Amino acid sequence: MRIHCPYCGTRGVEEFTYLGDATVRRPDPDAPEAAWVDYVYLRDNPAGPHPEYWYHAAGCHGWLVVVRDTRTHEIFSVRTASGGAEA
Amino acid sequence: MNDLSTSPMSRTGHAGKTQPMRLARGNGINGDTTIRFTFDGRVLEAHPGDTLASALLANGVRLVGRSFKYHRPRGILSAGPEEPNALVELRDGARREPNSRATVTEVFDGLAATSQNRWPGLKHDLLGANSLLAPVFSAGFYYKTFMWPASFWEKVYEPIIRRAAGLGRAADDADPDSYEKATAFCDVLVVGSGPAGLAAARAAAGTGARVILCEQDSLTGGRLRAEQTVLDGRPGWEWAQETEQYLRAQPEVRIMTRTCVFGRYDGGCYGALERVADHVAVPQAGQPRQRLWRIVAGQCILATGGIERPIVFPDNDRPGIMLAGAVRAYVNRFGVVPGHQAVIYANNDDGLRTAVDLHDAGASIAAIIDSRLPSSTAAQVTARRVGAPLFAGGAIVKTSGHTGLKAVQVRDSAGQTHRLACDLLAVSGGWNPDIALATHHRMHPVYDEVLNAFVVSSVPAGLHIAGFAAGSLTTDAALAQGDALGRTAAQAAGFDAAIGPAPALPRAGQEEGYAIAPLWHALDRGAAKQAGRAFIDFQNDVTAKDVSLAAREGFWAVEHLKRYTTLGMATDQGKTANVNALAMMAWERGRTIAQTGTTIVRPPVQPCAIGALAGTHRGRHFKPHRLPPTHDWAVETGCVLTSNGIWQRAQWYPRPGETSWQETVNREVRSVRSSVGFCDVTTLGKIDIQGIDAATLLERVYVNAWRKLPVGRARYGLMLREDGFAFDDGTTARLGENHYVMTTTTANAGAVMRHLEFCHQCLWPELDVQFISVTDAWAQIAVAGPRSRDVLREIIDDSFDLSNEAFGYMGAAHVRLRGGVAGRLFRLSFSGELAYEIAVPARYGDALARLLMRVGAPYGITPYGTEALGVMRIEKGHPAGPELNGQTTAHDLGMGRMLSGRKDFIGRVMAQRAALSDAARPTLVGLKPVNAGDALVAGAHLLPRGAPASAASDQGWISSSAWSPTVESWIGLGFLCHGAQRHGEIIAVHNPLAGTVTEARVVPPVFVDPEGSRLHA
Repeated sequence: MRIHCPYCGTRGVEEFTYLGDATVRRPDPDAPEAAWVDYVYLRDNPAGPHPEYWYHAAGCHGWLVVVRDTRTHEIFSVRTASGGAEA
Repeated sequence: MNDLSTSPMSRTGHAGKTQPMRLARGNGINGDTTIRFTFDGRVLEAHPGDTLASALLANGVRLVGRSFKYHRPRGILSAGPEEPNALVELRDGARREPNSRATVTEVFDGLAATSQNRWPGLKHDLLGANSLLAPVFSAGFYYKTFMWPASFWEKVYEPIIRRAAGLGRAADDADPDSYEKATAFCDVLVVGSGPAGLAAARAAAGTGARVILCEQDSLTGGRLRAEQTVLDGRPGWEWAQETEQYLRAQPEVRIMTRTCVFGRYDGGCYGALERVADHVAVPQAGQPRQRLWRIVAGQCILATGGIERPIVFPDNDRPGIMLAGAVRAYVNRFGVVPGHQAVIYANNDDGLRTAVDLHDAGASIAAIIDSRLPSSTAAQVTARRVGAPLFAGGAIVKTSGHTGLKAVQVRDSAGQTHRLACDLLAVSGGWNPDIALATHHRMHPVYDEVLNAFVVSSVPAGLHIAGFAAGSLTTDAALAQGDALGRTAAQAAGFDAAIGPAPALPRAGQEEGYAIAPLWHALDRGAAKQAGRAFIDFQNDVTAKDVSLAAREGFWAVEHLKRYTTLGMATDQGKTANVNALAMMAWERGRTIAQTGTTIVRPPVQPCAIGALAGTHRGRHFKPHRLPPTHDWAVETGCVLTSNGIWQRAQWYPRPGETSWQETVNREVRSVRSSVGFCDVTTLGKIDIQGIDAATLLERVYVNAWRKLPVGRARYGLMLREDGFAFDDGTTARLGENHYVMTTTTANAGAVMRHLEFCHQCLWPELDVQFISVTDAWAQIAVAGPRSRDVLREIIDDSFDLSNEAFGYMGAAHVRLRGGVAGRLFRLSFSGELAYEIAVPARYGDALARLLMRVGAPYGITPYGTEALGVMRIEKGHPAGPELNGQTTAHDLGMGRMLSGRKDFIGRVMAQRAALSDAARPTLVGLKPVNAGDALVAGAHLLPRGAPASAASDQGWISSSAWSPTVESWIGLGFLCHGAQRHGEIIAVHNPLAGTVTEARVVPPVFVDPEGSRLHA
């Protein structure tokens, strides 16, 4: 698999590490415990396009949001998690 | 009669005692040079260009191996990588390589090949008696036999099976050759160099696209080498040769022969194995034996051709029964006639061409058996031309010849049987397009009723299929399709397909017929059940009856069929067997082949040595070594090294006369506690943090407060994961208004860096802060002990005031060393003594260690390793990896009160869950054996005294332990339920591994200087 890093260009997947679902949002500190349990432990497992966090560990150290088809590994888009560049 | 070399035969030249079956011609053979090889010790001759299979056939050797289960005599079936039978051991000693396919092994001068799976010899194999046990070895025999008595399995059954089954022997010694990995990039990858592949490469190259053409064979041309195809009036292989030369002259084309593309992976990545030096005795100096390629291709054209199917009939596995297309390859490419007296048996016109090629080469054709009724015009024309009887609608019902074919029995369409003497039977059950690479992405092939084979249903993006692999039946069609797809692929890769100066495509002109009629078993169902063994999978000895049995027993799903019968396993992966087996299953079940379905394949399409996959990552290079800056100096002093992750660190520094590591470590600890020692602590992660929001970030990642940390001070910090468990700890120093340097544990340096970046980029991108790892930029050395200040005075420039008042505990400063080197000084202590950590640019680390030895000599300075470091941190109760094991909380570590209630931080909410600070949780305690000499061992269980040794009584464990020369006792850190309330209690320490139960007293986890007065000295 290859991922197009907005900073570094297209690189082999071995340069990246995977974290998981990029749609979850850290709850407000005052949010009920149930919201935190959801955030920390519960993840959807969709079959199809899925935004995921990937870290360019052997490159720019950028955290990326990669939209990947979980069935085919096709990658539809890559952007930086901080909301900047889009590849 | 196995050996054909004594038979008379008319040959077109090149007579001689050796290679009796060799003809003068052979488009891939250099007949001017003769080389020698051995087979089972017998010296034989061959020519450059031969495969082991062609050379054996040239020498009249037909019996090459014994089959897997029944030890049936087997010969050479194919002329390519699909070979199921002709597996041999190559070379000897450490280079011995089992299960090598003779059909793809290039002969070199001195090659030693040995038959396998026979005992004591190939011709007289006692294990052939397995054949008599055939009922035992039927489908699913692994699951049915050897089942009882259970005690027999290990001692009786398994050793017998292991000796009888399995094929060759692996080498006993380590492989002396090297393997490497490489990556290549191209716009268009072409797999296969037959007419379609060459045309595609040519067309794509014409647009300026970067083209890689991979051919698993040693020569390009594909079937053009194997057939008498004429292109523009000249032999097709000449066109292939010219086209190869043309392509080699193109600047953006790379031709890789002996390179098998074995897998298609995500994102346009392909795996390929280049057999760099398999065709020579020993690789040249500096050359790898094989090279594993990752090819990143924008577009890919599969021009992989097809694989011929055998025909299923009784005793269809004798040496001398070969695929028709393979026979033509041996005749045309290798100049070898595999038999004098041939019978052709086919269900299609393509197979019949074999009769012509054999006849033209001087063999006599005993008969042509065409399963079709009526037979085709081509069959009639061919039969007349070669002067052979034609059995239209005929079938072979039996063959004879123990170690080599002697005769076949043909049943004609009227039901009469005829015995025909022959030493070669060329069979063709039709061809399967080779679409393995297309199915690696779970594309399911569909059955084509016209082609009688599975074809690609839909092509994934970036993949194109040309030639016979796509069902193109003629050379002209393959050329045209390759040419067109070459342009299409280049265009898809962004090149202008209109540019294309490639010379015109040649024409074969003459339409080659195929006209296949399905033939899945030579006999009808009733007769098939009565007949002898008709093999489907030669390599695994799976017969038509095994498939029937699988169907009867309910294993009719294709996936079950494979597992139950072992069909399609091992080196050939059923390349010649799978479709025949599916057809047989469809026949058994009264369904169509399309309804029966097919399995898809996984990489690799051909066997790939583990050595090639490992590449250079062997032995010492399996993992890289990371060396601290004082490594060379430490090794010079004779230190003992230990692995700390990939770091190589000094474990202790033995001195002459010391007889045990314990003695050495005790001395190192005593020196630090009484005078001064130093230790390279570079391996701890160091992260430089800068930005106006740096303090805010620290507040959010550490549990404790950071805003008020003044410039020039450091502080201990604990990080949690978001689930509330402890993640890592370390000290962070404030070097400037907006500048901090964080230290992490050695093990978590990378993980903490990633975590900080995640927190910043994903959670709080609005913070103005940046991080960079400076672990390798700074050599950091801990100088510890009551005399450490005295030593540092010799090193740090006089302008810096080292007094306790000016630079107290937890101080941090930029300093200048005597001589001018800029460094950093931290007053940190892991040992609990007055201590400093001095950091200098990494290139000065070695010099700093030598300087410390020199200026510290008057104080008896002692370098100490990780072992003494560990002893002293246990003496001080500092948690390390065994305590921060991912399952402990701040509460467990006795740091519950560090959790700030005034700010948000990672893990805050989840750490507040009641269970994470439950008083009953095992919490950090110190342990001291009642008898000082009773060793405490990490991992031992802590139980109440007198409690039964059961899990129910288990109240905790020892996480770290050491002999403390300071306390003069074994000491330990551990976690114990209600630990903080149990100081003074005596508990039982169970070590079930050693079978010991000892007693220890629960104590506070700080054994030395609990008041911390030494730190502040």
